[in-house]
Amino acid sequence: MSVVLPVRAPARGGRLSRRLRRTADNPWGRPRFLGAVTWLYMAWSIVPVVIAIQFSFNAGRSLTAWQGFSLSRWYWGDPINSVFKDPALQHALLQSLKLAGLDVLIAVPLGVSLALGLARWRGPGAKAANFLMLFPLVTPEIVMGVALFLVFLHLFTFIHPGTTAQLLGHVTFSISYVVIVMRGRLFSIGRDYEEAAIDLGATHWQTLRLVLLPLLVPAVLASAIIVFAISIDDFVISSWLSCGSSCDTVPINVYSAARQAPLPSINALAAMLVYITIGVVLIGYGLYRLAMRGNRGSLADLGV
Amino acid sequence: MYPRWLWRASALPGTVWLFLLFLVPLYAVVAIAFGDVSPIFQLPVPVWNPLDWHFEHMSQVLTLFAPSHELWLVFVRTLIYVVAALALSVLIGYPVAYYIARFSHRSRTTLIVLLLVPFLVSYMLRMLSWVNLLAPDGYVNSVLTGLGILRTPYDWLGGHGFVVVLGLVYGYVPYLILPLYATLDRIDQRHLEAARDLGASRFSTFIHVTLPLSKTGLLGGAAIIALPMFGDYYTTNILSGTPDTSMLGNQIDFYFHGGPQPTVGAAITVVLAAFLVVVMSYYLFSVNRAQKEMHAV
Repeated sequence: MSVVLPVRAPARGGRLSRRLRRTADNPWGRPRFLGAVTWLYMAWSIVPVVIAIQFSFNAGRSLTAWQGFSLSRWYWGDPINSVFKDPALQHALLQSLKLAGLDVLIAVPLGVSLALGLARWRGPGAKAANFLMLFPLVTPEIVMGVALFLVFLHLFTFIHPGTTAQLLGHVTFSISYVVIVMRGRLFSIGRDYEEAAIDLGATHWQTLRLVLLPLLVPAVLASAIIVFAISIDDFVISSWLSCGSSCDTVPINVYSAARQAPLPSINALAAMLVYITIGVVLIGYGLYRLAMRGNRGSLADLGV
Repeated sequence: MYPRWLWRASALPGTVWLFLLFLVPLYAVVAIAFGDVSPIFQLPVPVWNPLDWHFEHMSQVLTLFAPSHELWLVFVRTLIYVVAALALSVLIGYPVAYYIARFSHRSRTTLIVLLLVPFLVSYMLRMLSWVNLLAPDGYVNSVLTGLGILRTPYDWLGGHGFVVVLGLVYGYVPYLILPLYATLDRIDQRHLEAARDLGASRFSTFIHVTLPLSKTGLLGGAAIIALPMFGDYYTTNILSGTPDTSMLGNQIDFYFHGGPQPTVGAAITVVLAAFLVVVMSYYLFSVNRAQKEMHAV
């Protein structure tokens, strides 16, 4: 795009500095440097992960030397060490999926109901509840991990470290994310639709069921995806509330194997999570589009 | 229009859950830190009543935080790592967010999708990929020796602070860029045009208009990544694993899992949380001020 610019002051100096100054002063010029930084950043952030996933398809046992392509060896081909044949890896994958799935099933309803309540409940206690909801978002995971570990050890002693404790921990840090996403949607749809429904003779229960909840479906889907992704990524809470190797999740397995000369199967295990997360996001996005059909709202409604 | 009790009832389960499994556990840490230790097995005994608290463990831990003592070093190291990682993250993240918000046109969707990719990849896999790359015979060493920059492979994973800092930046910078992008994207372009029309150069437009308008996003993003970095122990464990790079989180982990004194671990946790409360209060104060300044403009 070439635009004739009003001449300001005659540029002094050599040709190079003149050109530099012209580039710097041209408001419509493309900032090549910033563009280069951005694309370099993208490469830096993604290429290492791509290489790590590539090595899950290594035909040999090395994680540093490429020894040919094998689609299946570290996923199911190797009779002892592949993800689907090694009981420890298989179990970690199942544990991660179990926690993430149950977390979505518990945290999303709890969070949706809490968000509705916090957005509309006026009265003493509402402010305190709102503050309590924001707190987990700013608490470092290790503090939450220590806290849950101690409370199950000394107070709620009927819950032992294990899958139940891990699940309770996951739900605790997930609820707030659901509330934040739901709140954005609640504010953007306002109360007009519900008032219209009441004016047209709907009962409260009908308004809730036929008007409000359907309008919330896209945000519910979005929060379910987010909860799934943060639960499956979690290391700290799962690890503090673990009962030992039979409670290991994929991140715990990767963490403990990373520095002990692992086989490419550990890359394959971690890559499985990536495939599953991408699958869940794509399915969720498809459903989201379906739910948003004929709706003028956009991603901005979610506070994204 | 709805019955009054409905919304209170709707908020109840979540609030009770957070009370029992977030607030009570936090109090349990305090009750252990100011608690007793059973004389025979040296096991921690929580003291729930503040009037009966014992302060000897806490004061013992606080003396460890005194200059040139054991935990002082770790605390200073944690602070240096976090501040360095934060500064680098801003240096990398701001230009990226700025470019995507202001200058990307056709490539915007692609760039935003690429920006979201790290969120789909688990943190541990992202760290594992660097362990693979930085191994003695990994790609980084073979490229650097191949180019003649290094004569012999460098032991990147042998306990170097800068590797840990780079790991922290790699791990957390996506969480900074996203809120920053959202803020920069919302800046009304007419402000910038006005500044340019009034004769400001590109640089001074940035300094006097864009930067102040993006202050809340910048501070918010910085808090989002600084808080978890203060509690991080796995990044340094996975990328270095030596006591030379141990952070506060590692000490907490050690006293609970390796060492015999959970009470000390709980006390360090309380100190860390108290420190972060101070930092957060300052942060909230400056966000408040930035917002007021913005409204005053």
